[in-house]
Amino acid sequence: MSSKEEIERMVNQWLRFVEELMRNEGLPIVPDEKTGDPIWVDVRDMRFKYLIPVKRIKKFFDGLKEGKVYATKCPVKGIYYFPPQADCPACMDENVEWVEIKGEGELITFTKIFIKPFSFMHYPDYIVAIARMDEGFNILCWLSTDNPEEVKPGMRVKLVVKRREPEGFFSYYLEPSTPS
Amino acid sequence: MGHAAIVGIGHSRFGRAPDKQLHELAWQAIRQALQDAGVTQRDIQFLVVGNAGGWSSELLPAVVVGEYAGLTPVGSMRVEAACASGSAALRAAATAVESGKADIALAVGVEKMTESTTMQIVEMIGRAGSFFWEFEHFGLTFPGYYAMYATAYMHEYRAKEEDLAAVAVKNHYYASLNPYAHFQKQITIEDVMKSRYVAWPLKLYDCSPQTDGAAAVVVASEEMAKKLTDTPIWIRAQGVATGTANLSKRDNFLSLEPAVLAAEQAYKQVGIERSQSYKYFDVAEVHDCFTIAEIIAYEDLGFVERGQGYALAREGETYKGGRIPVNLDGGLKAKGHPIAATGVSMAVELTKQLRQQNPESRQADIKKGLAVAHNIGGTGHYAYVTIFSLNKDVRFT
Repeated sequence: MSSKEEIERMVNQWLRFVEELMRNEGLPIVPDEKTGDPIWVDVRDMRFKYLIPVKRIKKFFDGLKEGKVYATKCPVKGIYYFPPQADCPACMDENVEWVEIKGEGELITFTKIFIKPFSFMHYPDYIVAIARMDEGFNILCWLSTDNPEEVKPGMRVKLVVKRREPEGFFSYYLEPSTPS
Repeated sequence: MGHAAIVGIGHSRFGRAPDKQLHELAWQAIRQALQDAGVTQRDIQFLVVGNAGGWSSELLPAVVVGEYAGLTPVGSMRVEAACASGSAALRAAATAVESGKADIALAVGVEKMTESTTMQIVEMIGRAGSFFWEFEHFGLTFPGYYAMYATAYMHEYRAKEEDLAAVAVKNHYYASLNPYAHFQKQITIEDVMKSRYVAWPLKLYDCSPQTDGAAAVVVASEEMAKKLTDTPIWIRAQGVATGTANLSKRDNFLSLEPAVLAAEQAYKQVGIERSQSYKYFDVAEVHDCFTIAEIIAYEDLGFVERGQGYALAREGETYKGGRIPVNLDGGLKAKGHPIAATGVSMAVELTKQLRQQNPESRQADIKKGLAVAHNIGGTGHYAYVTIFSLNKDVRFT
């Protein structure tokens, strides 16, 4: 598998080839890599960067900075929400409470991602897991462990807050519980 | 409510189509469907185009397809239900006909995936869940979501990776008999086992490919259908349900709950007993975007008891002549899965099966005149179960 830098280098090299071809031939048309069919290479670039409002769940992110993971809970119906949400569709209200998750649970399932999205290629292969927390709701996130071969559904796990490197933003992870 | 029947079918070849744009591909299917029905563009009163899009350049695919196919100014819309967009298009067209708002409607499913690079597709399709809480932070990929079902299923029932591979082997076998299929070669269990991991425990050969393709059906009212054909294929019943966006909000990873609910709704309309459902159908199409998905589909549709789906695959009971033949066209796994074309492609294939138009090698024995399509969008996000019938009024009590 090529690294993110290698892929970026290959893409840029290819784009320069298309630019040169367009200048020389007068058209950005290249042969398809498999069939040779003529392909017009889009001259326009569209770059997406989404701007996502988090005002109503800001407490969750404040919590991460303090090493805590919060869920919300409907005080009327007793329903936990994770990921946290500010509105309770069950009681039609928005007076949910913020509760810190105790952080102990059981692994339900997991996978290890080998073919990664481009925007994740700078990380080592990672395990994504779902655990049922002792409060009764599930959490999906990365599972970090030094012994990946020991990861099995049914094992006890705990929730921890760490910075995601190399970017440095706070995120939450599952880890195998240390036997007490 | 009136009845709606399929009276014309069209299907492009599935595979990489570097020689055709989205609307050119759609036209391949539309032309065939109109000719098969014996109608012209002027007879079409409503156009529904299923297209998930994102990887292709056209933002308003229904309008572009309508213009190219000579259907302007027929009323239209584009529908999205992820990988079930085709069944959603069929539902919208059938509902228009059943309600009397149209006498003849056209449902098209089209996807031009390879207009983007594999890199762009992986980046985009991983977002097909709950974007912020699954992709942004944790980089889930589409195989990754289904892999978590595979892990849970294999752990609970002691199924093996070889059991999943049996589904790929069957579907490649039938694809090799289907000239419209993306893959034309048979494979072995060893080929699957040797392929590299994409998202453990799923390997490359457990996954459907990136495919371009289009399919179209002409849907007509009872009165029109009887004028147009001797063998209308009735859209006898359909069930629809939706799952949670976020996988972690689900109770278990052994079943897709919306598929169970959609099947229950559809079965109820025809009086089919769930635990014996396989006895009612001559043939089925199920959503095998990954091998594990076909195994879970057997159980969600009631073809076999919980935990026995992998045994059905391993013992070859879903080949022609088995308990119930499944995906005799190669399925998504080997025929290819051009996202929104898939649901319409299932309707085309089951129409051909019920009309007995397939070559002997992949034609099911048609004795009961009933067939079922199971089409899932996302990873259990949308579920559509549709029952097609030779008999308009069939009902069991």
